[in-house]
Amino acid sequence: MHIVVCMKQVPDSAQIRVHPVTNTIMRQGVPTIINPYDLFAIEEALRLRQQFGGEVTILTMGPPSAEDSLRKALSFGADRAVLLTDRFFAGADTLATTYALATAIRKIGTEFGPPNVVFTGKQTIDGDTAQVGPGVAKRLGLMQLTYVSHIDKVDLEAGTIDVERRCEGGVQKLRSKMPCLISILEGVNEMRIGSLTDALAAARATIIKWSAQDAGVEDIAKCGLRGSPTIVKRVFAPKPRAEKAEFIELGDKPADAFVDELFKRRPKLEAELGQLTRGY
Amino acid sequence: MNDKAKAPAPAGRAAAKKELPEHLKAYKHVWVFIEQERGQAHPVSWELMGAGRILANKLGVNLAAVIVGARNEATQAVVRESFNYGADLAYLVADDILADYRNESYTKAMTDLVNAYQPEILLLGATILGRDLAGSVATTLLTGLTADCTELDVDAEGSLAATRPTFGGSLLCTIFTLNYRPQMATVRPRVMPMPERVEKPVGRVIEHPLGLVEDDIVTKVLSFLPDRDSTKSNLAFADVVVAGGLGLGSPENFQLVRQLAGAIGAEFGCSRPLVQKGWVSSDRQIGQTGKTIRPKLYIAAGISGAIQHRVGVEGADYIVAINTDKNAPIFDFAHVGIVADAVRLLPALTEAFSKRLSPHQRDRLAS
Repeated sequence: MHIVVCMKQVPDSAQIRVHPVTNTIMRQGVPTIINPYDLFAIEEALRLRQQFGGEVTILTMGPPSAEDSLRKALSFGADRAVLLTDRFFAGADTLATTYALATAIRKIGTEFGPPNVVFTGKQTIDGDTAQVGPGVAKRLGLMQLTYVSHIDKVDLEAGTIDVERRCEGGVQKLRSKMPCLISILEGVNEMRIGSLTDALAAARATIIKWSAQDAGVEDIAKCGLRGSPTIVKRVFAPKPRAEKAEFIELGDKPADAFVDELFKRRPKLEAELGQLTRGY
Repeated sequence: MNDKAKAPAPAGRAAAKKELPEHLKAYKHVWVFIEQERGQAHPVSWELMGAGRILANKLGVNLAAVIVGARNEATQAVVRESFNYGADLAYLVADDILADYRNESYTKAMTDLVNAYQPEILLLGATILGRDLAGSVATTLLTGLTADCTELDVDAEGSLAATRPTFGGSLLCTIFTLNYRPQMATVRPRVMPMPERVEKPVGRVIEHPLGLVEDDIVTKVLSFLPDRDSTKSNLAFADVVVAGGLGLGSPENFQLVRQLAGAIGAEFGCSRPLVQKGWVSSDRQIGQTGKTIRPKLYIAAGISGAIQHRVGVEGADYIVAINTDKNAPIFDFAHVGIVADAVRLLPALTEAFSKRLSPHQRDRLAS
């Protein structure tokens, strides 16, 4: 099997702070990491390779520093890492991103063999849109399987794949055909610790670097800012509420005092909570 | 990056102008995709009808409901219900192939409708189904899609202004799809208020053929396994919610949240970091990427209140925040603040509420 994993290097958004005075993002010192959701995709890819043999290629579109995350992915045991990097890709929204990624995956297919499965994580922690997986699937004509919680069966001969897909109120069992794109849910597997051999190989590996031209991009106008239908016009901090929280002093018996105060201010709540608890 | 620079210029496109290509000028009206599975319309669809109505009124155009489903009575009921939630007209693609959601068939239905009837705005719920569908539709149509919007408006030129959190939730940004059509946006459940339902006669329904046979569709549904109800949380529609954050200090302390919730008949939840650390399951996550809640009472214990969390709880009627840090951002939008250690206060609150709400039961349990 040839399995491609789309991975993104992202700022650790949990650590991003907004400067209280200037309202700007304080990026300095915020570490970059592999998008946590992508780790499950990488692990699932490695499991399939373990079962069926073949290769796992990791693809990242990003700045030159994204090489760090690709090396980490190699240290988990991936066979190959491709960094799609070009100033023409800067400022891309999801439509422009999927154009570039799809082009690169086609090129990966030509050079290293067509992929059976393309994996993505559920979403990124910086963009949070979950749109890139479906977009890549559509552009490459891959069967789209999102919110996959389990791969039940792969039949290489028949070219079919059975998955469990989370949906509202339950789980769908689906049978589809490869090549397909799977966006895998978080928590469905446990990330392995790479072997020492893999770690050494990763340190020495050559990351394949492609510019837009190298990847075979036909129309540069479809990349980056130029190729993005969505435009961010305004970035701002949320309006502070006119009244901030009223701090209440609660004295010696804070819990009793609070319950009294709450029901004094919101008398209806006492009846409602009473009703809810009697329902138990 | 220069930290002292002004708010980051949005990639130099703040001055971008509306220059709609001629062939897109005919695109008019606001559409809302009415999501339904197994005969049930997802409530987010009605919330979007409310938001869509406001946009349509501002633009002076029609609000249309888009229904895709099996050719049966349940689908007809959803069509009728759309008019009760303010639709001026409805578009319908009804075919038994559409009984179960599949990306291929639903994408075709939606894109065919859009190409035939040309809406200027298309809204979908940011549900599992909606997120699977919206990206495919937007890519097929090569148009702009803004996900998980917390606010929708139109500007003076009639362009959709879609606001959503950015940079992992630290700031908000307003996004436009100026020169492509339709302008697509998804909105999570419970972000928009549920509009009033008003009985209205069924209006104009425009039916459109699917144009597919089963053999055209590659993905097959083998079976559907429903969740056991006992495991489902009802956070989205809960009237009272208690949640815990990193201020609890350890996973064992989360049970203090559960206990208080139990004492007051509340649902319990948590902030994102607790899910990321594996302390609590992801269906309990409250916030931008978790659930949006609109309870009458929300008690936040040991939660700092980053915007990522804030946008998920802003609709609550009364927010009580407990945090040891009096400068925590949560106090910027909570109604009442208590500077205290949640680990000590929560069990005391459980006791105090129990005493007040069910004194006889509590005495019985204590003896």
